[in-house]
Amino acid sequence: MSEKMSSIFEKFERSPDQLIPILQEVQREYGYVSPESVKKISRYLRVTENQIYGVSSFYAQFRFTAPGRHSIKVCLGTACHVRGGGTLLEMLERELGIKCGETTDDRRFDLDRVACLGCCALSPVVQIDKEIYSRMTVTKLAELLKKYE
Amino acid sequence: MNKLKKKIKLAKKKWEELQDNTYPVIYVGAASCGRAAGALELISDIDNFLKEHSIDARVIQVGCIGPCYLEPLVDIKMPNQPRISYSNVNSKVLSNILKSHLLEGQPYVRASIGNFSRDTFMDIPPLFQHPMLKPQVRIVLRNCGIIDPEEIDHYLATDGYQGFMNALKMSPDDVIGVVRQAGLRGRGGAGFPTFKKWTVCRNSPGEQKYLICNADEGDPGAFMNRSLIESDPHAVLEGMLIAGYAIGASKGIVYIRAEYPLAIERLKKAIAQMRENGLLGNNILGSKFSFDIKIKEGAGAFVCGEETALIASIEGKRGMPRSRPPFPAISGLFGCPTIINNVETLGTLPNILRNGAEWYNRFGKEGNRGTKTFSLVGKIRRSGLIEVQLGTTLREIIFDIGGGVQKNFKAIQTGGPSGGCLSEEFLDLPVDYESLASAGSIMGSGGLIIMDEDTCVVDVAKYFLDFTQKESCGKCIPCRVGTKHMVEILDRITHGEGNPEDLLTLRNLGDTIKKGALCGLGQTAPNPVLTTLRYFRNEYLEHIKDRRCRAVVCKDLIEYRVIKEKCTGCQSCVRVCPTGAISGPRSEPHNLDPTKCIKCRSCYEICRFEAIAGDAIVIRTAEKRS
Repeated sequence: MSEKMSSIFEKFERSPDQLIPILQEVQREYGYVSPESVKKISRYLRVTENQIYGVSSFYAQFRFTAPGRHSIKVCLGTACHVRGGGTLLEMLERELGIKCGETTDDRRFDLDRVACLGCCALSPVVQIDKEIYSRMTVTKLAELLKKYE
Repeated sequence: MNKLKKKIKLAKKKWEELQDNTYPVIYVGAASCGRAAGALELISDIDNFLKEHSIDARVIQVGCIGPCYLEPLVDIKMPNQPRISYSNVNSKVLSNILKSHLLEGQPYVRASIGNFSRDTFMDIPPLFQHPMLKPQVRIVLRNCGIIDPEEIDHYLATDGYQGFMNALKMSPDDVIGVVRQAGLRGRGGAGFPTFKKWTVCRNSPGEQKYLICNADEGDPGAFMNRSLIESDPHAVLEGMLIAGYAIGASKGIVYIRAEYPLAIERLKKAIAQMRENGLLGNNILGSKFSFDIKIKEGAGAFVCGEETALIASIEGKRGMPRSRPPFPAISGLFGCPTIINNVETLGTLPNILRNGAEWYNRFGKEGNRGTKTFSLVGKIRRSGLIEVQLGTTLREIIFDIGGGVQKNFKAIQTGGPSGGCLSEEFLDLPVDYESLASAGSIMGSGGLIIMDEDTCVVDVAKYFLDFTQKESCGKCIPCRVGTKHMVEILDRITHGEGNPEDLLTLRNLGDTIKKGALCGLGQTAPNPVLTTLRYFRNEYLEHIKDRRCRAVVCKDLIEYRVIKEKCTGCQSCVRVCPTGAISGPRSEPHNLDPTKCIKCRSCYEICRFEAIAGDAIVIRTAEKRS
């Protein structure tokens, strides 16, 4: 077992209710949940791989492919929706040539939607990595993308 | 107990020193929303300025005081002056403020919004007389934006943990009695009397009982809980102690969305501070009460706001609801009696236990006691986080506090995806649990979304249903299949392909889902559609019969046009058009080819903000196609 994984397991009790926190930690560490890590979690928690996939695919947070260098999340909360969040997402899909939920071929960007970032008063907002950009427009967003390599 | 009392005495002294400061104190509103507006950049600007001018000042990060539309907010308190708030600060304004206020001691009146005293100070009015703040009653939010959320001392100095210490002097049954007298109802949305739930749990047999704080604030457009936790985490945690003591739980869990990293960080710090000060652990403050709190991060599933789904999620399973009874108060987490209270319910408890039930009864009205926080967003002039007494009318909230709507008012959506859209005729409706329900909506957790004539209600109804449909866990058929059908029909209507029978089908489907779904998510999912069908039927019919979207939102029913008389031929739009739909030589009016146009808004925005003409490109309802 890789050292990284065992150091993750050390933080958690060997109990099935720790499955989601472990998956979260694995994703924090590796960026995604790989088939190898599922195998290891299965052995550690004594929970079948099927069950782990069942649980992890239920929750929007978990991804099963390696992430790109930057993650773009377009907020489509109500306030962002009525102020044009959807147009921003369409523009990104067009500019990046990918659909929501995909990664660009050069692995530069991931594109996702998010239900609400809770910055409704500053809508529409887009999150790139850890930054939240408020009061976005199609033109501002196009400029912003250039900042990220 | 004595150790804590000493600590409180010291904290109060420190707090007084901060109020009678001998050095400048700068407060920056740095909750998530303030940060999104640029608060952290301002803090580094402030630090640089202080260094450059060798000023000995204190910079304190506070939470959110409410008026988000004024973000970022920076307050300065000079010795012998009241604390003065500046709004919409950017680096340029900041440097003017700092020069004037810090170096010369003169408040920079032009950017100021109010001062914290009761009187006008050097032409700056009292902040709490501001039209947005004046009608509010701040009980849950009393500390938000005022104290440093990462300092337990600030919370202790403002009578923090007093409510819990009062509770410890009573029997658990008496604590439940106080909450009963106060008339507190669950603030998560359903409004179930808190004491009833508690009594059931208290009387349930079982060694182990759990208290869960539901901070899985999933409603899009709602951020009250996030703001409260980020701005005053100890208030919620103190509420958990009180609730845990009342129901006889020894373990507390905060179930919080992973999308709220700052709130999680602040909770973790606050929990560590509680532990240091003997407020968690065995025999808290020398009593027989032992309690500990853990944080569980949600993993992004809206349905986990539902109690039984939330419990399944904590147990490490797929977050799917189960049928009740048994209610969690009897058999919940790991089969043990469990109480799940909303963040705001818990945040209210310390105030009730500190000031008494009679005091709390002064607010609100019979059957709906106390206050409720709302996030006021959408097409409103003054958006932000507010707290009002229950029974306040929608009109007061929208027009007095919110300052009115940007254009003409069309609708207000309460209760998020589970609530309804109410039209103008409901403006005088008092905001309480029963009145909202009778209008076909719900109180919900407290998102209020204002819509004006530029918002299409059919599009909004589709948006909400699409949201609940995607978040449906798939366990029961009415919700899984029914919502899917409804979304498909709405989708057709917004594409101009609906037919009149659709409206009846929508209603039938909606009624069936409401009756047949397993949990709250499904039972309330049709509300946005049913209410808009009731109050905005004409707009549906326009989409169907005339293929017309009067709000100019539904893409297939609108078109972009260049107004030839206004276009100066500056080529700005030609450059940004991604499909080459706009053409024309420089200095001549451009042509827009509607067959190539994908309605992406790029030309419209560039014409408004950067081009010469400014309004040569318009979006309007498409002419009727035969």
